[in-house]
Amino acid sequence: MPLSFSQAPPPDPLVAELGCRGCQSLRGNSYRVWLSLDRFEISQAQTSGERLARPTPSGTCTCSIALVRGGERAEAFWPSDASVARGRDPEGSRMAALDSDSEEDLVSYGTGLEPLEEGERPKKPIPLQDQTVRDEKGRYKRFHGAFSGGFSAGYFNTVGSKEGWTPSSFVSSRQNRADKSVLGPEDFMDEEDLSEFGIAPKAIVTTDDFASKTKDRIREKARQLAAATAPIPGATLLDDLITPAKLSIGFELLRKMGWKEGQGIGPRVKRRPRRQKPDPGVKIYGCALPPGGSEGSEDEDDDYVPENVTFAPKDITPVDFTPKDNVHGLAYKGLDPHQALFGTAGEHFNLFSGGPEGASDLLGEIGVNKGRKLGISGQAFGVGALEEEDDDIYATETLSKYDTILKDEEPGDGLYGWTAPRQYKSQKESEKDLRYIGKILDGFSLASKPLSSKKTYPPPELPRDYRPVHYFRPVVAATSENTHLVQVLSESAGKPMPDPGTHSRHQLNASKRAELLGETPIQGSSTSVLEFLSQKDKERIREMKQATDLKAAQLKARSLAQKASSSRPQPSSPDVGSCSWHMALSGGTAATRASNFKPFAKDPEKQKRYEEFLVHMKRGQKDALERCLDPSMTEWERGRERDEFARAALLYVSSHSTLSSRFTHAKEEDDSDQVEVPRDQENDVNDKQSAVRMKMFGKLTRDTFEWHPDKLLCKRFNVPDPYPDSTLVGLPRVKRDKYSVFNFLTLPETASSPATQAASEKGPQHQESRKPSRWDTSKQEKKEDSISEFLSLARSKVGPPTQESSPLVIKEEEHVTESLSDKSVSKGVDSQTEGEGSRPSMDLFKAIFASSSDEKSSSSEDEQGDSEDDQAGTGEADFKSSQETDSAETSSVARASEPVAQESAPSFPIQKMQIDEREAFGPRLPPVFCPNVRQKLEAPQKEKHKKNKEKHKTKKEHRRRKEKKKKHRKHKHKGKQKNKKPEKSSSSESTDSSDSPSGEEGTVDLSPQELLRRLKSLPLRRQ
Amino acid sequence: MAFPEPKPRGPELPQKRVKTLDCGQGAVRAVRFNVDGNYCLTCGSDKTLKLWNPLRGTLLRTYSGHGYEVLDAAGSFDNSSLCSGGGDKAVVLWDVASGQVVRKFRGHAGKVNTVQFNEEATVILSGSIDSSIRCWDCRSRRPEPVQTLDEARDGISSVKVSDHEILAGSVDGRVRRYDLRMGQLFSDYVGSPITCTCFSRDGQCTLVSSLDSTLRLLDKDTGELLGEYTGHKNQEYKLDCCLSERDTHVVSCSEDGKVYFWDLVEGSLALALPVGPGVVQSLSYHPQEPCLLTAVGGSVHCWREEAYEAEGGTG
Repeated sequence: MPLSFSQAPPPDPLVAELGCRGCQSLRGNSYRVWLSLDRFEISQAQTSGERLARPTPSGTCTCSIALVRGGERAEAFWPSDASVARGRDPEGSRMAALDSDSEEDLVSYGTGLEPLEEGERPKKPIPLQDQTVRDEKGRYKRFHGAFSGGFSAGYFNTVGSKEGWTPSSFVSSRQNRADKSVLGPEDFMDEEDLSEFGIAPKAIVTTDDFASKTKDRIREKARQLAAATAPIPGATLLDDLITPAKLSIGFELLRKMGWKEGQGIGPRVKRRPRRQKPDPGVKIYGCALPPGGSEGSEDEDDDYVPENVTFAPKDITPVDFTPKDNVHGLAYKGLDPHQALFGTAGEHFNLFSGGPEGASDLLGEIGVNKGRKLGISGQAFGVGALEEEDDDIYATETLSKYDTILKDEEPGDGLYGWTAPRQYKSQKESEKDLRYIGKILDGFSLASKPLSSKKTYPPPELPRDYRPVHYFRPVVAATSENTHLVQVLSESAGKPMPDPGTHSRHQLNASKRAELLGETPIQGSSTSVLEFLSQKDKERIREMKQATDLKAAQLKARSLAQKASSSRPQPSSPDVGSCSWHMALSGGTAATRASNFKPFAKDPEKQKRYEEFLVHMKRGQKDALERCLDPSMTEWERGRERDEFARAALLYVSSHSTLSSRFTHAKEEDDSDQVEVPRDQENDVNDKQSAVRMKMFGKLTRDTFEWHPDKLLCKRFNVPDPYPDSTLVGLPRVKRDKYSVFNFLTLPETASSPATQAASEKGPQHQESRKPSRWDTSKQEKKEDSISEFLSLARSKVGPPTQESSPLVIKEEEHVTESLSDKSVSKGVDSQTEGEGSRPSMDLFKAIFASSSDEKSSSSEDEQGDSEDDQAGTGEADFKSSQETDSAETSSVARASEPVAQESAPSFPIQKMQIDEREAFGPRLPPVFCPNVRQKLEAPQKEKHKKNKEKHKTKKEHRRRKEKKKKHRKHKHKGKQKNKKPEKSSSSESTDSSDSPSGEEGTVDLSPQELLRRLKSLPLRRQ
Repeated sequence: MAFPEPKPRGPELPQKRVKTLDCGQGAVRAVRFNVDGNYCLTCGSDKTLKLWNPLRGTLLRTYSGHGYEVLDAAGSFDNSSLCSGGGDKAVVLWDVASGQVVRKFRGHAGKVNTVQFNEEATVILSGSIDSSIRCWDCRSRRPEPVQTLDEARDGISSVKVSDHEILAGSVDGRVRRYDLRMGQLFSDYVGSPITCTCFSRDGQCTLVSSLDSTLRLLDKDTGELLGEYTGHKNQEYKLDCCLSERDTHVVSCSEDGKVYFWDLVEGSLALALPVGPGVVQSLSYHPQEPCLLTAVGGSVHCWREEAYEAEGGTG
């Protein structure tokens, strides 16, 4: 070995890191190297001091050896063609190249050894007896000798430790339960066992998903072995029987790529070029071909298969080149538990298989023939313990397993590749048919005759008037109650109504028949007292009864007429609608229903009314609705219930019979058809608005609700819970019918239709249903002039009627008027009753009631009749919607409005933010001005800016505001004269006791109480 | 001071500018005194919240953590924590000393217009344009509010808290007062969108400013109108109003760049203090002294009475 140091020989063994790129030997281990002049020895330095290794250069491999000595490092290649052993030395020439003689040619690899200290004596090699081997954890390992266990393991060759062999102590608590650990074999192994060369190496293996079949075969074999050695042989066979249907990834991938089982793998191939067939006209000498395959069919085949059709390649089992790695004899196989359990698992013996196998009976197969039931057969260890017969332990090999007849192998099993691929040219007749079919299954042969084509029959011709939709007509049992319905249904079905006479006898009961015969229905049971009466008495009774009936009918008719004329003093549009409904209902389906179907079961009162309504309906009374409704209800409620009843009657009549037979009542009450709404709503703002206008704050503008704070909130506020017993939070809520549209209609709207119509016929009673918009900002009043003063004075006289706000019924209206006027009287306003006083000018009325008469416009814009206001309204709506979308701070709007902003005021530094700001709800945040830029900006100028900025919407708004301003002014004036006084009087009302003079304004230190008192006693000075 | 000296009442109003803070945080959306009036908070449109000594004009700390502009802030009674709400729909609880975000309450569906601590700083009440007031618990780790007061029909513009009441002004034109002790909700209709509400210091009146350029002083218990104050301009923007330190005057921002002072009792305009060229967006009155902070554009001015002498050390 030509590796050497320049200053040879190095006295101490060097620690060398050896690695070979080519032969993978010695890689990564540290070795001690003794170098002498002509030989060097390498020992594994770290792990096995005693084990000496002598690396032999192998072939063309280039091993490199790095020699390390106390930080000094030399590297050499080996065998060294251009190898270098070189150390980085202060002297530079401590190590020299092996073959090169000049240092200039040297190529340095790696880092050199640390230079030796000056004067330091090079270390001597550690003598053999002092060399120690440590394990991974640095513990000493002792070598017992190669044949006495190798190195020491564990703790002095025990499984214990310094403290002795202690089992793991029991640690368990309630929080930290001891977990049951199932110990595996790995738990008892040493670390070395798990290493690469141990008995249980933890290597990376392919998982089942990716495992190939061959692997499976190995595992299967292992399992078979395990099964054989298990206490109960064949126990694992159960696992075989119950295998999860899992395919390996390879299978799945192949399938995804279009592979099908039975096909080979590879690119699709074209059809093999056909052999030249003998011309049919040519004479055949010798044996003729069997007549099975016709040449004509082959021509057809050619038609079938054009040139561009490709076929999957053949499925070829590759020759298994698995090397034999055991010492068993050729074709040895171990015990076969399959055979043990099922007797004939592998090479099945078929009694009925004819042919060559038949002859084999003579040659052997005695044991098999005898029907071995249980037992393990194989060549391994002779006869198993469970084998019943031990007579034939060697002769399981029978001749039957060998082919005794020369025949062609089946196509498709081709052992291509190994031997020359065989062409099955001789099988002419089957080939052409098999081309498409593939293999013919065992026991099958190709049909000689083609299948006769199936006869097809055309579908029957449809009748001309056939409609392909079938719908079920409700089956209504014809009873006395629902004859109307039956009639209607049958009419709708297009059938003539069968007259009662043609009813089948079986559908009629006694009462029906009696009805048909014109008898009076018998009340009560059949054993009535009447039965026992004499004929004459009966006659008499009947006469009397008829008389009273007649009288009652007349009476009823009269009352009906009366009611019809009086029950509806205010005809209203929904009323008319429901009336027509009602007509349709009573005339058509005649409102029959089952009493057990209760649409309003939750409200017994209502249900009662509904049933009553149905009864009336059945009798054909036109005012059934009016009769059954609760007279104490308001008009609005009546209207609502009227609609509901009518709808319910329509809905439930037709379906109840079929439905009720199919459904049962839910066990638990389902409240899903109800919705929670706050019990108390802040009521109408109209009167509030007028109160505000009159500056009559206080009772009129205040709503008080019960409100339940959260318990935790009370706690945090250090306040006792005001409702300690309630679980409610927030405003108390009540349940209302969800499906009733009327829940979601606001009160003024519903009230407007009937009530206003009623009001209109009453006279000049108008309501101000002006709803506030949030952008509605009333302007300040200007200085009053004498005319407006006069107007307001005049208006105060017609004030009270204008204050009437949407009463529901006339009664209530009157009541409200009274109460209002009462109030005003009590408050000392010189309110006069309607019609009194001088009539104000016409334009005043116009100003107030400009468009309140056109009811079609929505209530929020009642006052604004002109188109501009409509525009403004829509603009506002647009803006609102844009606000809503913008609440999530979409930048699009900001972007869209940016150009506008830029053209108006490009010098604003924070312009964008302002625009964002503007999109917010409610009052906006003020714009930002750079103080130094806009220092001398005047207010009006700024106003203009603002207007410009908000061109697209604010202009409209401004216009609208201006409009409103006009009106507002008038309104205010109207309210003005009146307002001062009520304010005064109310304040004097509230503080009647305090009448401290108001002259002491000069004092500064006023207590709040004092202030308040003084304030209340003060007359209000405005402006 | 048992016997007040006869003193002219003029100089009592803060009308001398003693300090101008150039906040450098975009528009100052709100300026708020802390509980004792020694410090103030400014809410900037650049997502920061700053703590100042307004008299010295020193910036003490900047709190950043909002995702959008800060619209309102409040300090706790013990000056240990701050809360703020902003355009990012979040309510943030800050630690004053460390400047860290202690909690971030999310749940509002819109900008948070106003935030308030309750008396013991255990609950933060936040009013948002999503028309709800949410009561956030600072004690527990619950992410959802203790209670949501969603009676308003439009955005909440102002929330004030007393020891047992929550006063809320909404854009739907109503002032709602939730009385926890009585378990009742009083809703006073004002008509015009409310921009700001506040309690009087004696707790018997509420001052309400609305977009019709009117301030109204309402009796808290009955809802009656005690006074009306007009003359300023407030038609578009959410502007602040307040009462002076001894409830003698009503103070309001205005869109014409002035701050208006009215005599509370007489209702007469006492002073129109020109502040700056823009809209006076926010103001805050010192709890004890006649000292006023106003925010115009990006700067905050501190105003004292005429007789005020800068104490030693204040620059």
